[in-house]
Amino acid sequence: MLFSAILTGLVLGGTYALIAMGLTLQYGVARIMNLAYGDLIIAGSFGAMLLFTAAGINPLIALFIVVPLGFALSWLVYALMLQPLARRSPNRDRLEGDSILATFGLLFVIQGVALVLFGANYQSYSFLAVPIDVLGTTIAANRLLAFALAVLFGVGLWLLLTRTRFGTVIRAVAANPGSAPLVGINVDHVARLAFALGGGLAAAGGVVVSMYLTFSATMGVIFTMKALIVVIMGGVGNLLGALAAGLILGVVETLVSSFIDPGLTLAATYLIFLAVLVVRPQGLFGKAAR
Amino acid sequence: MSLLTLSNVTKRFGGLTAVNDLSFTLTAGETVGLLGPNGSGKTTALNMISGYLPVTAGTIALDGTTISTLGPERIAHRGVARTFQLVRALPSLTVGENVLAALAFRKDPLWGSEAEARIETLLQNVGLAGRQHERASNLTYIDLKRMELARALATGPKLLLLDEWLAGLNPTELRAGIDLITRLRQSGITILLVEHVMDAVRALCTRCIVMNTGSRLADGPTTDVLADKSVIRAYLGDDHA
Amino acid sequence: MIFLIPLVALAALAAVPFFVGAYPLGLGIGILGYATLATAWALFSGPTRYISLATVAFFGIGAYTVAVLADLMPYPLVLLCAALIGLVVAVLVGLATLRLAGIYFVIFTFGLAELVRQLVTYYEVNVTRTLGRYVFLPIGPEHIYWQLLGLLAVTLALAFWISRAKIGLALRVIGDDPVVASHLGIGITRTKLALFSLSAVVMTLAGAIQAPRWTYIEPSIVFNPTVSFLTVIMALLGGPNRLFGPLLGAVPLFLLFEWLSANFPNHYSIILGLLFIAIVFLLPNGVLAAADKFAARFKNKEASV
Repeated sequence: MLFSAILTGLVLGGTYALIAMGLTLQYGVARIMNLAYGDLIIAGSFGAMLLFTAAGINPLIALFIVVPLGFALSWLVYALMLQPLARRSPNRDRLEGDSILATFGLLFVIQGVALVLFGANYQSYSFLAVPIDVLGTTIAANRLLAFALAVLFGVGLWLLLTRTRFGTVIRAVAANPGSAPLVGINVDHVARLAFALGGGLAAAGGVVVSMYLTFSATMGVIFTMKALIVVIMGGVGNLLGALAAGLILGVVETLVSSFIDPGLTLAATYLIFLAVLVVRPQGLFGKAAR
Repeated sequence: MSLLTLSNVTKRFGGLTAVNDLSFTLTAGETVGLLGPNGSGKTTALNMISGYLPVTAGTIALDGTTISTLGPERIAHRGVARTFQLVRALPSLTVGENVLAALAFRKDPLWGSEAEARIETLLQNVGLAGRQHERASNLTYIDLKRMELARALATGPKLLLLDEWLAGLNPTELRAGIDLITRLRQSGITILLVEHVMDAVRALCTRCIVMNTGSRLADGPTTDVLADKSVIRAYLGDDHA
Repeated sequence: MIFLIPLVALAALAAVPFFVGAYPLGLGIGILGYATLATAWALFSGPTRYISLATVAFFGIGAYTVAVLADLMPYPLVLLCAALIGLVVAVLVGLATLRLAGIYFVIFTFGLAELVRQLVTYYEVNVTRTLGRYVFLPIGPEHIYWQLLGLLAVTLALAFWISRAKIGLALRVIGDDPVVASHLGIGITRTKLALFSLSAVVMTLAGAIQAPRWTYIEPSIVFNPTVSFLTVIMALLGGPNRLFGPLLGAVPLFLLFEWLSANFPNHYSIILGLLFIAIVFLLPNGVLAAADKFAARFKNKEASV
């Protein structure tokens, strides 16, 4: 029973890690605290569901449609709404505040659209809901697939950031946006691309989530919260940290849900967050502020 | 009567050791210069004394009590005040409000008409008489420095830390600045002066501590220290020693 | 002398329930309620620039406390309990987040309402086994109106007093340069905590006072995220750093919201969201500040002529 819960938790944690990766890019590189992030995830989930139920397209194929859409939408959002804010902000704090407010408004817009199109009910669809025997315990195939996808995206992102020139450019901007122009980096460009990439990852996360979890138009806030907590717990900009934090969150949540009460998962998540804030706010793997 | 004691104070930033095993003592009423080439750790040392940075190792004691474990507010309440290398004015406040802020939140706070009177005196002493109602953002550089000094003195400190307060001044302003600090000395306050302007150091400091790459290089009477071969080598290189 | 105008206005507003019907009175309650929330929000988030998205967490705590305790103790005591619970929650949140950079505070408050809602739901479902409570208090709309008017007046008075008192100066110093603030002996976290607690208690009371308006209360009703959203947009529109800014933002936006939710019950979220973004872009310091800038330019033009 315990082992099954831990395994399920790890699988869920993989999804959380995937979800957090996009936000790491958006906050760590583009310096945008995107409160509408979770709603983009939900949009991805709705997209996958729509394609599956209306056109019979399975989620794996749907990824090829939904992810580029998420990328494009985020690109537009950054270019039209966030770039002007970035240009006129005198300092980073001001930009952070303004981007929080702007994306807070965006959250209501996206949520409103989702509510109009789909209503407030919980949604789900059945895909690969076949039990598979793993190490003596059973897990649904769709969960395993979700975990595999999370690993795939994670490795892909890691390779992009460490093995490509563009990845190095991204990491340079994340490390020191003030000095990046001195070595010929167009920070605006990179920020926009990173934001769009983060949006694509969010959409991917949404597709993955929709494969095995129920979701609704108003769940965006919860996903944003979890993504934020994973990012902070792992240390902003730290991919491996996000992975570890995501796994921890997934395991704790599943344990609480299985052995205490499913209605207390958000409370458990908050408790972890609280503990991190009190003991080590720079994250488990982040560098100390001073 | 020792006022400030640093014992084996070290500060590391990741792999960089900015201050290495620094120890010295200041006696009450002294005016001491803290010298050294750029990057020698002088400002870092000041930052640790004022509580802006925590120490990595070692202790700092004021009047016998350890302050290296305290935050800047508590250290300020114990009688340490400072100016900053790059002047930190409170731009949206007036000159008077800048000084009022120092009076209102110190150990024995002043407010209202009492504070107004003290503000006038303090501004007069630094050469900014009658300028309480000007916006701090409109002041010239030297006037901002004066205001910052008035603000530091308003807290009624036992120990005043001046971080290159005389930097960037023309000869007339420098003369006026040195006179100001000379008058300050007479009030009995202890001053630790980080400085590069050697004329000022010779005029004001009876004793100098020299740092180089984080460690203490010399500590003694000013004339001796400034003639010390190792000090000259640290500043100007081997050819001049 | 300068206090004469607000006092006359207060008296005039207090007389309103005698002259209007039920619907306008309901609007008046709504406006006063949001004006209070917005002013309380700006009290803290204005000077510190720590953006709180948790308004409805406290509002809901106030309303739900009344729902739970209304039958058990006299009304004034219920209000006191509500205020105390709001205070405790605010202090806990503040101690955890206010010593860190603003972003942690924002994130924490972002999910706080949802967290409180889930906790209350869990407690009701599993412990008391009553989800949804009835509030039968003999408190008519006029009394709710007057209580809210009183709360708003007290909040505005507090905001005014703060701006003249030491704590107001402390806030301005912290806002300009926290490093200098700490070197002058200002306890930054303590100051923020005091202000946040005050703001939260007002919000809690605003919720508690309005509880009798809903005869049936359920967590999903009183912890409605739209309340947090509207509070912020109202304060931003009017100007979070002006005394009467939030109030001035609350009046038109509340009326707009009423009209929108009556005529576009499914779409008002989208419209408000777009309006919010527009305000962030076009009026970064609110209408009053923009009006000031406009007036200043006008004056300059006059001077140069």
